[in-house]
Amino acid sequence: MALRIDAAHNRFRDIVRGKIKQNLRKYISNGEWLARRGKDVVSIPVPQIEMPRFRFDDQGQGGVGQGPGKVGDGLGPAGPGQSGQGKAGSEPGEHALEVEVSIQELAGILGEELELPRIEPRGKERLITQKDRYVGIRRVGPESLRHFKRTFRQALRRQIMMGNYDPRKPVVVPTREDKRYRSWRTIPMPQSNAVMIFIMDVSGSMGDEQKEIVRIASFWLDTWLRSQYDGLEARFIVHDATARLVDRDTFFRTRESGGTMISSAYKLCAKIIDEEFPPAEWNIYPFQFSDGDNWSADDTSVCMEVLKRDILPKVNLFCYGQVESPYGSGQFVADLRASFPDEGNVVTSEIENKDDIADSIRSFLGKGR
Amino acid sequence: MMPHRNSSLPQDLLAIQRTIEEEARGYGLDFWETSFEVLDYKRMQEVAAFGGFPVRYPHWRFGMEFDHLSKSHIYGLSQIYEMVINNNPAYAYLLEGNSLVDQKMVIAHVLGHVDFFKNNYYFSKTNRKMVDSMANHATRVRRHVERQGLDKVEDFIDVCLSLDNLIDPMSPFIVRHDLPALADQEKPPVEVPRLRAKSYMEKFINPPDYLDERRKRMQEERDKPRHNPPEPERDVLLFLLQQAPLESWERDILEIVRDEAYYFAPQRQTKILNEGWAAYWHSKLMTEKIIDASELIDYADHNAGVLAAAPGQFNPYKVGLALLRYVEERWDKGRFGKSWNECDDDDARRSWDRKLGLGRQKIFEVRKLYNDLTFIDEFFTEDFCHENQFFSFSRNASSGSYEIDSREFHKIRSKLLYQLTNFGEPVMLVEDANHENRGELLLRHRHEGVDLHLDHGRATMEALYRIWHRPICVLTLVEGKARALRYDGGEHSERSA
Repeated sequence: MALRIDAAHNRFRDIVRGKIKQNLRKYISNGEWLARRGKDVVSIPVPQIEMPRFRFDDQGQGGVGQGPGKVGDGLGPAGPGQSGQGKAGSEPGEHALEVEVSIQELAGILGEELELPRIEPRGKERLITQKDRYVGIRRVGPESLRHFKRTFRQALRRQIMMGNYDPRKPVVVPTREDKRYRSWRTIPMPQSNAVMIFIMDVSGSMGDEQKEIVRIASFWLDTWLRSQYDGLEARFIVHDATARLVDRDTFFRTRESGGTMISSAYKLCAKIIDEEFPPAEWNIYPFQFSDGDNWSADDTSVCMEVLKRDILPKVNLFCYGQVESPYGSGQFVADLRASFPDEGNVVTSEIENKDDIADSIRSFLGKGR
Repeated sequence: MMPHRNSSLPQDLLAIQRTIEEEARGYGLDFWETSFEVLDYKRMQEVAAFGGFPVRYPHWRFGMEFDHLSKSHIYGLSQIYEMVINNNPAYAYLLEGNSLVDQKMVIAHVLGHVDFFKNNYYFSKTNRKMVDSMANHATRVRRHVERQGLDKVEDFIDVCLSLDNLIDPMSPFIVRHDLPALADQEKPPVEVPRLRAKSYMEKFINPPDYLDERRKRMQEERDKPRHNPPEPERDVLLFLLQQAPLESWERDILEIVRDEAYYFAPQRQTKILNEGWAAYWHSKLMTEKIIDASELIDYADHNAGVLAAAPGQFNPYKVGLALLRYVEERWDKGRFGKSWNECDDDDARRSWDRKLGLGRQKIFEVRKLYNDLTFIDEFFTEDFCHENQFFSFSRNASSGSYEIDSREFHKIRSKLLYQLTNFGEPVMLVEDANHENRGELLLRHRHEGVDLHLDHGRATMEALYRIWHRPICVLTLVEGKARALRYDGGEHSERSA
């Protein structure tokens, strides 16, 4: 139903979007609110929007209330309701405004702010099947779709309102206006043809802070890619000296220790691609996060070989994010850069702290591949 | 303007409305034709976001209000029961899906409000065709948007709204100063007083040179621009309308914002009394005339919800109702006048009953002549205060939480009155439109014990600058010291004054 308020409401939402955009970098590096994520929306705290006015600085002035209690009894720290100013309830409190934003909208804002190009999908035309579903009722339609019950209910309602319905002689005659028809919508059912493969080093040198960075970064990568592909698969690989395929939850929670053999993860990644995602039909995005401390130089050269032979030719983009850690040597990023100086689809980025996440996302996704 | 007047109200509800109206008239209530409309919750929120009006000018703040209302609805925090517009005919809304008892209660409550709008003195100068005017305002603003662009107009509305509390709520009733009647008229030539002299001595005693010089000086003196404004002006918006260098569309918008601020002012001045009056009548009508036995429990339950006050909360419905009933009882029993005031025998006071039966008459008088401030000032007595367990609270600086700080009558009463004075907002006066002889605008904050919120104040000065186009100065007290705040279009500065 269209409302007159819609224009004003959309305008307000635009202003809120503007606020989110202004502070996007802050939101990107702050992972706290990600916990409050619903299925399709996130709620983001934005600063209260209010009109400045000449008014009293009456914090702590209090007011007048009613009820039992002795002098000195507390009323609780939260705002104790408005006092006799005659405007109880009309003024929102001083709390931050929680705004719900759909993930899609958030991706749009992210794209605008970081100037991310739209991705040109490769491979075949996207596979889309269509399906018709009856979703509602409307006033016009073919007689074959007439909704018998709704039509008569409407007629009954009209007659009661007009006062010409007699319960003793229950005759209900629908007129043209009463008729209701089923209506349908055609829903495209996309088949996903993009996959993200997240690889994370969970060796002892990756601490909680490092994992938090990975978690936030992968949320944003996920958000952006989802806005670009109708369906998106994700695979999660953790590795120390050996690699395992895990689910999303485990990926972000596991803590292991021990050595680091990055090659094990690459081999697993190559295997998954071979088995599940034929590159002719899939857009493939491996994202690797590590502190850059590999077990040995030998293993590193194995890595480069696997990468060159089995991974790079098949993927759209290979992204390596090196999270700074007090324990790691951070050598791996240098090795990668040295081995693939001109490969267009290898992107590396060093993430020192949370504030760098935004830049690293930009360097990962800024190529539009 | 509304094609659906009454047409959308189902027959059965219309019949109920007529019954309630008849009973209400029997009690002496006097209201306009009231047109009810049944809305679903979504439309209800929309209308509520527009302040009760079906059409308002486009502005994001209504969208924000709507957002807020729909969220609190979703989370079950609040529900809009009743909404009524001060207009002739009055418009009111019922929420679709409410139980019949609720609808009856709302209808009775609304009639109380409409009676109040029609008869209370403070509403007597309000525009009774406001629904139409609001629609006109919307059209005018839309036209400006078409010509000037949305962002420009919206920014300017924001500016005006920042200033919309700078009005003089009593000005419709008082002529504050003489109109500048003489200003534009032809001025008579200046008469120079001369000494009496014989004709042959005239040019020695009153030498022409001297007279000419005097005449010139007096003329200059007279034509010197008078102080502007002649008296400190409390209606800042009016002053700006008359004197600020505004483009015509800007002037139009400022005028709209001012009109609407004045229209809403009496509702803010009479919140307690108005709600109390409506609650008084809905409970009287419901319990004595309207409901049948099967509806009693539901009614009592919902009524209790409306009149509930959480500890530490000030519910205008509850307080207004209690105070009206208290007044009624006092005048019924003759508990007023000299002998009552001078009686300090507790027993005599408790059993005091002269059986005068003047209560009803008295509360009708109160409804006609009082606003919240005078209502509380006159009838909020020590007895009433203690009976109803009032307290005053403030924030304890050390614990950071609010605490009851007093149950003393005088303290409570003065706090209450203080918060009702000028809606609990600071009084700002235009002192000088040519401050420092540089065309700067000087405002004075009439400091009555509480400082201004400085961040807000500075932002508001920026809004003023946007209208006045010259530096803005505000005189106020900060922590007891006189300070002059200044905004010159680029920077804020502050010095002692």
